[in-house]
Amino acid sequence: MKICITAQGSTLDARAEERFGRAPYFMIIDTETGSAEAIENQFAGATGGVGPKSAQLLIDRKVTALVSGMVGGNAREALKAAGISMFTYRAGGSVKDALEQFTGSKLERSG
Amino acid sequence: MKIAVASGKGGTGKTMVAANLALVVSQSCEVTLVDCDVEEPNLHLFFGGAAATTDVTVPVPVFDLQSCDKCGKCGGFCQYGAITVLPDRILFFPELCHSCGGCTLVCPKGAIHEEPARIGQVTIVHPSPWLTLITGTLDEGKPHATPVIRAAKDMSRDAGIVICDASPGTACPVVETLDGCDACILVTESTPFGLHDLHLAAEVADRLGVPSGVVINRSDGQDKKTLEFCATHELPVLMTIPFDRMTATIQNRGGLISRQSPEWQGRFAELFARCHNLIRGSQ
Repeated sequence: MKICITAQGSTLDARAEERFGRAPYFMIIDTETGSAEAIENQFAGATGGVGPKSAQLLIDRKVTALVSGMVGGNAREALKAAGISMFTYRAGGSVKDALEQFTGSKLERSG
Repeated sequence: MKIAVASGKGGTGKTMVAANLALVVSQSCEVTLVDCDVEEPNLHLFFGGAAATTDVTVPVPVFDLQSCDKCGKCGGFCQYGAITVLPDRILFFPELCHSCGGCTLVCPKGAIHEEPARIGQVTIVHPSPWLTLITGTLDEGKPHATPVIRAAKDMSRDAGIVICDASPGTACPVVETLDGCDACILVTESTPFGLHDLHLAAEVADRLGVPSGVVINRSDGQDKKTLEFCATHELPVLMTIPFDRMTATIQNRGGLISRQSPEWQGRFAELFARCHNLIRGSQ
């Protein structure tokens, strides 16, 4: 499956980012192949609508689960409508750590 | 002639100045007063009369899912994130839409058309033969004040003399109100907070090319810093209203000081004359 982990940098060692819509990077990871792609969030500084824009990015890449710290109202609505599950990671560790927690089913599902 | 009454800091007395000014001017010629503080209009509290109301609407997109092939161009175009394209349908966020109409133009299938959505209303009242009050009101929960302000101002487009009461602050609603005005009265109070926000408001008026003057309200006679600021920034002080409990009492009961006292009538007439000079001086 393809998942997205919000990140502060473009590598697996980068710190995981708690915010969804304004995350600096989206790490798209294929849990089967292990491949990871870092996408810079071009909407991070926009005045509004960042939630739906970020959700659209995930929808276009056929992501089925999101690992993040906080998801706003509009983003939540868009992700829910698209059937993308939401998991909460707030331990402050790296993207790699968040990935391990996710695959180990240690994260709480929030949507 | 269009005069805006703005401030920066809230609660300085914009409505008090706008209402009294309009009342006094309406004794010698026709004047239209426009309440542009559409999130919390209050001029109607001072002027009565039978009201005529019109809806204010903005166009929003409606998607024809039969013709839509989910290409995603509409969502990609939207600068505001108002459209999310799912594999089986379109998700539209009305509060994010800015009614630009762009999505209807980029859709290759012509699957989007616009329909009006109500966001507020404009009310017209004639408290006296030469005074018209136009009040713009934004519906609760709606995020965009500017289309309602524009609609209210539009209703005054044929009027000779227009006074626009702005909302506090220096954001989009104030810019919309000031736009196209010939002069701006900045109402301030002699406090550090008042002065700080007067500075911001004066800068906005300046950027918009609207000549401004200052009214110092609730003055305790210790206006040195405000006067220094006005002198440095070449802002004429058009009027100083002393802090007076009776003035506050009259205002709070929905009365106007110029109705009660010939002295205040004269002073607001003088304020109007000074606005004339301000406009002439800038031409």
